Amino acid sequence: MANVTTAPRQAPATPRFSIRGALSAAEIDFRLFGMLLALVAILIGFNLVNGGTFLRPTNMTTLAVQGAGVAVLATGMVLVIVARNIDLSVGSLVGFIAMTYALLMTDWLPNILGMGDDFPFRWLIALAIGVGLGAVIGAVQGFIIAYIGVPSFVVTLGGLLSIRGAVWVLSQGAAVSGLDPTFQLFGGSAEGSIGGTLTWAVGIVGCLAIIGLIIYNRRQRRRFGFPVRPVWAEVTIAAVGCLAVIGLAAFANGNYWPPGAATRYAQEHGITEPPGGLKIAVGVPWPVVILIAVTVVMTFLATRRRFGRYVYAYGGNPEAAELAGINTRWTLVKIYILMGILCAISAAIAAGRLNGATLDVGQSYELYVIAAAVVGGTTFAGGIGTVPGAVLGAFVMQSLAYGLAYSGVNSSIQNIVAGIVLIVAVGFDSYNRRRVGS
Amino acid sequence: MAVADQVPIVEMRSIRVAYGGVHAVDGVSIDLRAGEVIGLVGGNGAGKSTLMKALSGAHPPNSGEILIDGKAVSITNPRDAKSYHIETIYQQLALADNIDAPGNVFLGREMTTGWGTMDDGAMEDATRKVMGRLNPNFKRFAQPVRSLSGGQRQAVAIARAVHFNAKILIMDEPTAALGPAETAQVRDLIRQLKNDGIGIFLISHDIHDVFDLSDRISVMYHGRLVGTMNRDDVTSDEVLGMIILGKAPGEVTQKELAGIQLPGEAAVEGAPS
Repeated sequence: MANVTTAPRQAPATPRFSIRGALSAAEIDFRLFGMLLALVAILIGFNLVNGGTFLRPTNMTTLAVQGAGVAVLATGMVLVIVARNIDLSVGSLVGFIAMTYALLMTDWLPNILGMGDDFPFRWLIALAIGVGLGAVIGAVQGFIIAYIGVPSFVVTLGGLLSIRGAVWVLSQGAAVSGLDPTFQLFGGSAEGSIGGTLTWAVGIVGCLAIIGLIIYNRRQRRRFGFPVRPVWAEVTIAAVGCLAVIGLAAFANGNYWPPGAATRYAQEHGITEPPGGLKIAVGVPWPVVILIAVTVVMTFLATRRRFGRYVYAYGGNPEAAELAGINTRWTLVKIYILMGILCAISAAIAAGRLNGATLDVGQSYELYVIAAAVVGGTTFAGGIGTVPGAVLGAFVMQSLAYGLAYSGVNSSIQNIVAGIVLIVAVGFDSYNRRRVGS
Repeated sequence: MAVADQVPIVEMRSIRVAYGGVHAVDGVSIDLRAGEVIGLVGGNGAGKSTLMKALSGAHPPNSGEILIDGKAVSITNPRDAKSYHIETIYQQLALADNIDAPGNVFLGREMTTGWGTMDDGAMEDATRKVMGRLNPNFKRFAQPVRSLSGGQRQAVAIARAVHFNAKILIMDEPTAALGPAETAQVRDLIRQLKNDGIGIFLISHDIHDVFDLSDRISVMYHGRLVGTMNRDDVTSDEVLGMIILGKAPGEVTQKELAGIQLPGEAAVEGAPS
């Protein structure tokens, strides 16, 4: 097999330089790259329309925080749709768990379990209960879908209705507010961000992770004597990746605490404010940190673990997956459990932002989440879609909505645009797929 | 033949499989020895695939006995079958189209690293080794198998069986989806596997395939086994007669034989089901 191990990488068919050729030599996902370009184009477009005021750290941070809740859910919806199913209940489940968080901290924990305001780690106890609840509800829906065989559209449509009804039952029709201060950090206000130093640290860790992954992959391929990417491609990817991560960290740190909050902070900590006010870098908001962590974990599950392989195999050919000895039903249940856990995380972000819960938390989320996954390249035929793609898709949709709102376009027009973009994006994608034949 | 003296690697006794009220397989007994190819033929709905599904674990039998190397075993799902080194290559090419060749070869049996993650490098390496034997020109290890030709896809399916050290191979219409050159390729593969001592059940509509590759031929008709004969003892016309009339050669009258028109693949395809 010497000929295999020393075989050079196939040269691109055309000697002429093309972006697609360079990308494929560098093994970069063309679709993902295109989506990134679209996102950047949208942001720059709104910046031009608004005379350069749009692309400011404060706007972008707000945009990211607003999109994080949907993006977290989209990472799970990708797997649901890849496995030829759907989950319409996510919005209601987010609302239900957000209400549970609010009631836990305002009522149940102190009044039933005797855990007052000063009880340690109350926020964590609430979060754990929420995550457990999400997992159980996800498991129940998944069980009905996988083992009883009721179509997921029906099961989760029922979930959408009944779980939203349960929110009303829980709160008796009232909004609930007053969470633990620590829990509020999930919402990502100025205080709910990790600050300047940690942001730099996150940037550096991200940069090291990129370099480490590239080296690890190269070593793995070398270990078996497989063809490796050209060195220029590896170095370029590492450099671009690092620059992007560090650049984003610097950008996030260009956002400062609002003057009022900074003054209050200065007084509380006995700092004399310098002329022009105290400048405290906000850095990356917690919801965005959570989103990054969720994206990394979900990508890992989808691409590095057997579970992910089975999800994609089932989506590609359910019969083949079954015949290969895969426990396809249990795989489906696991997807819905995961989706329930993601709902709990998204609910924590929503509840943190509101410092409580209203009856309509998560309303229509299912539509935005499905749109995000689909704009992000997930196909309903099953088997195709990526977690990072869905996150990008979520931000494409969020950027449009935020940009239009920022430009003074009212919300009905925003919805019209969002709907058209959804159709155009998917239409363009399927046209491309047919043309390339992949 | 020397193989005739061995204990069969597979013995299926009085296998019954019912779908609803219909007996798709009704009391069939069949055996297979190492290095032997049994051609399993019959019209559509004769029960060939159903019989093999009982062995591959895809659809366990309602009654009957399966012996592997002379020992009675219970096969209730595909995983059981694989543990006895029974591998199946299906008619509809049971590959996940969106996954690459190594992913398909190891589907359901992925190699993992110490971290519990999939060891893609090791799986690709093993796939390269097997494919190097089966199809030395194959290079597209990173592409989804959707983009491969029919022959390449069939090679991937066969690679799965070979890598996992199949002793018993069930091939359900392995050449049905292939062109002539690719069919020849798969026939060579079958001979190669047979020489490696693998016992093969070959389900085929193509009587030429069957006569070319099989040592013995078993004919099924409406869920029953009409008979099993040595390839050298029968003619293709006699086998066709068995397929269409469901009777062993001695039982067929001249009048019935005369009623068969245009013996060939068309007649077999159109056989009653």
